Amino acid sequence: MRSRGDRFFAGSVGGLAMLVPATLLLITALLLIEAFPAIRTYGLSFLTTTTWDPVKLVFGAGAYVFGTLVTTGIAVVLAAPVAIGAAIFLTEYAPRPTRAPLGFLIEVLAYIPSIVYGLWGFFVVVPLMRSTIEPALQTTFGGIPIVGSLFSGPIVGLDLFMGGVILAIMILPILLTVTREVLAAVPSTQREGMLGLGATRWEMVTRVVLPYARAGIAGAIILGIARAFGETMAVTLVVGNSSTAISPSLFTPGYTMASAIANQFTEADSDLYFSAIVEIAVVLLLVAIVVNAAARLLIRRTGAAREGLVL
Amino acid sequence: MNAALALQSGVGRNRVLRRRHVLEQTMVVLLGTATLLAGGLLALILGYVIVRGLPALDLAFFTERPRPFGVTGGGIAPALIGTLIIGLVAGVIAVPIGISAAIFVVEYRSGRWAEVVRFAAELMAGLPSIVVGVFVWAFLVRGVIGNYAGIAGSVALAVIMVPIVGRTAEEVLRLVPNSLREAALALGAPRWRVVLNVVLPTARAGLATAIVLAIARAAGETAPLLLTALGNVFFSADLFKPMAALPLQIYQYAVAPYDDWHTKAWGASLVLVAVIAAVSLLLRLAIRRGTAS
Repeated sequence: MRSRGDRFFAGSVGGLAMLVPATLLLITALLLIEAFPAIRTYGLSFLTTTTWDPVKLVFGAGAYVFGTLVTTGIAVVLAAPVAIGAAIFLTEYAPRPTRAPLGFLIEVLAYIPSIVYGLWGFFVVVPLMRSTIEPALQTTFGGIPIVGSLFSGPIVGLDLFMGGVILAIMILPILLTVTREVLAAVPSTQREGMLGLGATRWEMVTRVVLPYARAGIAGAIILGIARAFGETMAVTLVVGNSSTAISPSLFTPGYTMASAIANQFTEADSDLYFSAIVEIAVVLLLVAIVVNAAARLLIRRTGAAREGLVL
Repeated sequence: MNAALALQSGVGRNRVLRRRHVLEQTMVVLLGTATLLAGGLLALILGYVIVRGLPALDLAFFTERPRPFGVTGGGIAPALIGTLIIGLVAGVIAVPIGISAAIFVVEYRSGRWAEVVRFAAELMAGLPSIVVGVFVWAFLVRGVIGNYAGIAGSVALAVIMVPIVGRTAEEVLRLVPNSLREAALALGAPRWRVVLNVVLPTARAGLATAIVLAIARAAGETAPLLLTALGNVFFSADLFKPMAALPLQIYQYAVAPYDDWHTKAWGASLVLVAVIAAVSLLLRLAIRRGTAS
């Protein structure tokens, strides 16, 4: 026996709440509709061809997809070991009173806006890349076949490598925070059992803690990938923004999908150009949905306490 | 630990023990280095923002509008006002939706629709902000409104804020003890009275946290504003015209080829980071006091 007030309240709260799935549907539907002219014109070759010529109305986003994959790959390879190592240190080794403040500090750093990371990368890291780091990499690895070609070519500092490095720094806090949560969710009885058998702390970490947290750590890495994948402003400032063809060298100025959108949306004068830019957003949207669903399933499986932490 | 290792004896085992001990020490050093590297990098960024940003801060920086290209001086006043307006309007749009979603999920959890709302919020939280920007750009800027506008920026930020408000509020509402709900229901209060007069007042502080947190997070977003509000060097409170915002101003100062403007970009970054850090810190302290009492 629900009163009229109850029905009204439930109805209005429910109606507002349903705006959430409705918005998600609207975003997906509208982007698909606006991208349809480009999808119809180019089909799957949109993702594999690399000619992006607004004048001739030929649009292939292959180089942008390549740029996103390369920068994201660099970011994860650089950031994951550091983040996981630091998370292990903070949960298993650091003196107990320092754990919470350090964790809080890193959580706050996750809130630094991406434009600030970009600013720092642009004015501080890029000159260092150009003068020191990239020449050093080139002289060290340049002579080795295959590997050397990764570090070949003229050095400008604004390139895919730099984009990957700034992404690595940006996803470090989120990787670290989530991994720490996951490790903290490993029951301490597991640790005590191992220590009681005479194991060293590192043996405890490798034989008990990491196997227990494996799925959650994989989830953390996937969340980091998702973050890096769609990150825009920091990358836009340092990646070079050039529609050059795919080259094996990481020192090539390029575009990621997100930075291509941010740099070209004001120029979309023809309908097909507009549609092609929206199609890039559709690709980002679909990848984000799949990747996030996967990551959250993995983290949930570890049973990490997610309370209060909104990612 | 060392004592435990030392207790075990036997000549043949000594080498094994030593190897285990060396591995342990090596890993402590390696893991400690990783921690220092992570913490050091992030401290370095904050340090740069503070050191390079401080020289830009004077009264004119906060009260003047940006000068024409290449002219020294000018400030970020329109951007501060713009961020405030865009953020507040975004909050007005996002807060009722986010809180309602949380109430719907927590207080009416029986329904299958609650699960749908929850899942949609999770997926929305994972959307790259540039995708939200493209959506509002295609929907409002190129469609309904017809030009870049502050209100479009607010809508974009609202889409980003809804899942943050909703999911934080959900956690907060779950912390309200069930006994309170049961007591109110046992006294004959209808469900909506229980929510409005018992659950929400109890969770008041936490809900305020959720809202402020979401606004702070959204205030730093750049990409979606670029595609919607576009930016403006003039003072403008017209929601249907291009509007300035702090992150956009940082971007515009940064990409210009003038040293003086670069200093202003650092200064604006310092202001933005300081506001966000202060808000998170105050919230953290408020929460701690709230749970302690």
